[in-house]
Amino acid sequence: MSLDISELKTIETDITVIGAGGAGLRAAIESSAQGLKTVVLSKSLLGKAHTVMAEGGMAAAMGNVDKRDNWKVHFRDTMRGGKFLNLWRMAELHAKQAPARVKELEEWGAVFDRTKEGLISQRNFGGHRYPRLAHVGDRTGLELIRTLQDHGVHQGIDFLMECTALRLLKDGERVAGVLAYYRETGRFVLIRSRAVILATGGAGKAWRVTSNSWEYTGDGTYLAYEAGAELMDLEFTQFHPTGMVWPLSVRGILVTEGVRGDGGILLNKDGKRFMFDYVPERFAAETADTVDEATRWLNGDKNARRPPELLTRDVVARSIRAEIKAGRGSPHGGAFLDIASRRPADFIKRRLPGMYHQFKELAEVDITKEPMEVGPTLHYFMGGVRVDADTQMTRVPGLFACGECGAGMHGANRLGGNSLSDLIVFGTLAGKGAADYARSLGASPRADDEQIKVAIRGATEILNRESGENPYLLHEKLQDVMEEGVGIVRAEDELKQGIRGIEELGERAKNMKAAGTSQYNPGWHEALSMRSLLVTAEAVARSALMRQESRGAHTRLDYEGERDEWVKYNIVCRKSPDGHMECEKVLRPPAAPYLEEIANSKIEDLESGKVGAAAPND
Amino acid sequence: MSTTRKFKIWRGDAQGGDFKEFDVDVDPGMVVLDVLHRVQARQANDLAIRWNCKAGKCGSCSMEINGRPRLSCMTRMNVFGPDETITVQPLKAFPVIKDLVTDVSWNYRQNKRIRPLKPKPRDADGEHRMYQEDVDRVQEFRKCIECYLCQDTCHVLRDRGGQDRFVGPRFMIRLASLEMHPLDADDRIPEIRKEFGSGMCNITRCCTEVCPEHINITDNAIIPLKERVVDRYFDPIVYLGQKLFGISKRR
Repeated sequence: MSLDISELKTIETDITVIGAGGAGLRAAIESSAQGLKTVVLSKSLLGKAHTVMAEGGMAAAMGNVDKRDNWKVHFRDTMRGGKFLNLWRMAELHAKQAPARVKELEEWGAVFDRTKEGLISQRNFGGHRYPRLAHVGDRTGLELIRTLQDHGVHQGIDFLMECTALRLLKDGERVAGVLAYYRETGRFVLIRSRAVILATGGAGKAWRVTSNSWEYTGDGTYLAYEAGAELMDLEFTQFHPTGMVWPLSVRGILVTEGVRGDGGILLNKDGKRFMFDYVPERFAAETADTVDEATRWLNGDKNARRPPELLTRDVVARSIRAEIKAGRGSPHGGAFLDIASRRPADFIKRRLPGMYHQFKELAEVDITKEPMEVGPTLHYFMGGVRVDADTQMTRVPGLFACGECGAGMHGANRLGGNSLSDLIVFGTLAGKGAADYARSLGASPRADDEQIKVAIRGATEILNRESGENPYLLHEKLQDVMEEGVGIVRAEDELKQGIRGIEELGERAKNMKAAGTSQYNPGWHEALSMRSLLVTAEAVARSALMRQESRGAHTRLDYEGERDEWVKYNIVCRKSPDGHMECEKVLRPPAAPYLEEIANSKIEDLESGKVGAAAPND
Repeated sequence: MSTTRKFKIWRGDAQGGDFKEFDVDVDPGMVVLDVLHRVQARQANDLAIRWNCKAGKCGSCSMEINGRPRLSCMTRMNVFGPDETITVQPLKAFPVIKDLVTDVSWNYRQNKRIRPLKPKPRDADGEHRMYQEDVDRVQEFRKCIECYLCQDTCHVLRDRGGQDRFVGPRFMIRLASLEMHPLDADDRIPEIRKEFGSGMCNITRCCTEVCPEHINITDNAIIPLKERVVDRYFDPIVYLGQKLFGISKRR
């Protein structure tokens, strides 16, 4: 087959953003505002990205509801939630810049829920000391994406919808563009670009029980890995404590943490409020130890401590699992989440309309009258592509990553609400970082034809093969392997078996066959996604095997508890010259002394100004 | 316990196509989208379906199921009779790309025609103040997930004859969300009338009926916009026509 690259549809641009969720759109708005020609590739239609699924809100220490809040408390909460493995600098930038980014959304048309004084309202969430999440009922993600979309379409950005990236192109060490294809026609498109920003989200689709949509197949981690960038912290996969468990076809769909933020409690089948039994030592001083105190907190007593249902997600998910394991689960293998007995029906319908609707229509449960059944669901990747904290650039010059597909901000566990704020803070920084880089380049880099041909052949052979593996069934097999070997609790033998399973599937995937033509062919797309899923799943399993401790979302049965030695390291995976995945412990960059002091301070000392008063505020 | 159900699924492309029958095993609790995925994985790998969240939040999986525009992810199998054949076809208002997927780009072009929010200046302390009771209605419109079921069912758009004169219910509520936005300093009434065709709507309320987000499109958005237009360009005939017969006249 002879291929003439000059006949390919070709686009020349400064910046290419892969992904059109919150991070990608925000990055594109930034690079475009800096005067650079920007193209956005969106795997789906614009406005449909997984960001729409975010419910609870975006965390920003604006202090609209409790004036005691500020960036230092937010930073401290984030580090504690991340079990001190977060990149210090990223957690700092995030806590400092989130308020300005949220207010800017208002300028672009976002309509958040309001306080009585007419300001942006903020709600309580797990791990956040104060009410901190700007929100719109329980559909905050939709508000974010629609706001960025409606603003973005007027900024001269070129949006390629239903267009999937297949391979990053390089000129020597530098990034030089992307080869992609349009689903609608099946045609390839060559995008020559001075810089590329990855904003592709996570890879929850490697598991069966997940809150993630079909798009979450680890495309960014795969593209970056193949292009020579490093992956980091992949062992930290967050299982959200509350996914739907029944009926089976909706298993995994998210039930917002806002239910607990607004007073919902967790009960086992005996009606016992079990979270009081699972409070970790680190949080004991700041968590209520009686039902009475938790109730006072709910009623607004500022001296009462927070209820244990609002502990961090890793803790709550493990506790639910422990109850189920001990035979105290709900009928369909979950726990009961009850808000009906805690709040009046009209409050629930106003604050949690999406949840009301979702349970009513999908499970025939009225949450204003009955408890929900919930259980852990794979929700979020703390790990991803390793980047510089300030510019979001990877080790490949010109390649950037932000949002969920980037790594470092959340450490070993992400706090609820810190994701949407992550998207807009680091999306902006990536857009700026890429713009600065693109401006500083001399002549545009240029990928040679051979790379492009290899990428095209790699995609078309799946269609051209006479027969081969069914990509849908391989994907189901991968989900089995991950559920069994790389689940919420892990151990050496299972992880090794998981890695063998992934390798075997990797071999079989070389022989995938998609029937039909290239036009809007989901079987072909599924086969292409399998490549991303397999690399990302392998990095998760290998990193999980290497980290011999339990920290945050990574729980090892054979290595219980946090080990002091391990907080010094991130695990990094990269493609070795011979094509294998190599993983390595690397020392973390040191913290600025003022950050270390704030993160380790007693809350009273931080709030009285005894600690952190001299920290720079910008 | 699974049962076998009969599905008729439209397959084809812009050149044409027809219904193909499939027998599928259906488990309790399934929605139509689950069944289509099962067909796709087991019987027709290249069956084109557009979907994302599978939780009624993204508005991607719109199609016509037994003649009614619906989200397939929110249509439970138990709404149909036990022996009922389920017929699934693409949205009629937009050109077919392949199978159940249509080209909805016309909607994106309409959205781009609408000028963005023109915010009033901030207060002296750098804040925008808006009160909950003033944003309730705007928030109702902003619940829209852009599934375009309302566009599909709109009489003006459905046969595609009116697509050059009316932006449709989806964008009437977007215009309403800006027009009623407490911070918007723009005057949108002239273009709502002239460019976007508010007069074309005959208030049959079909759009409201199919909205999966239960947005009261007609009563809360379109009628108030029509009234604002009438207030500005008072014309007793248009006014009476609208009030009495739901007829409108373009000027």
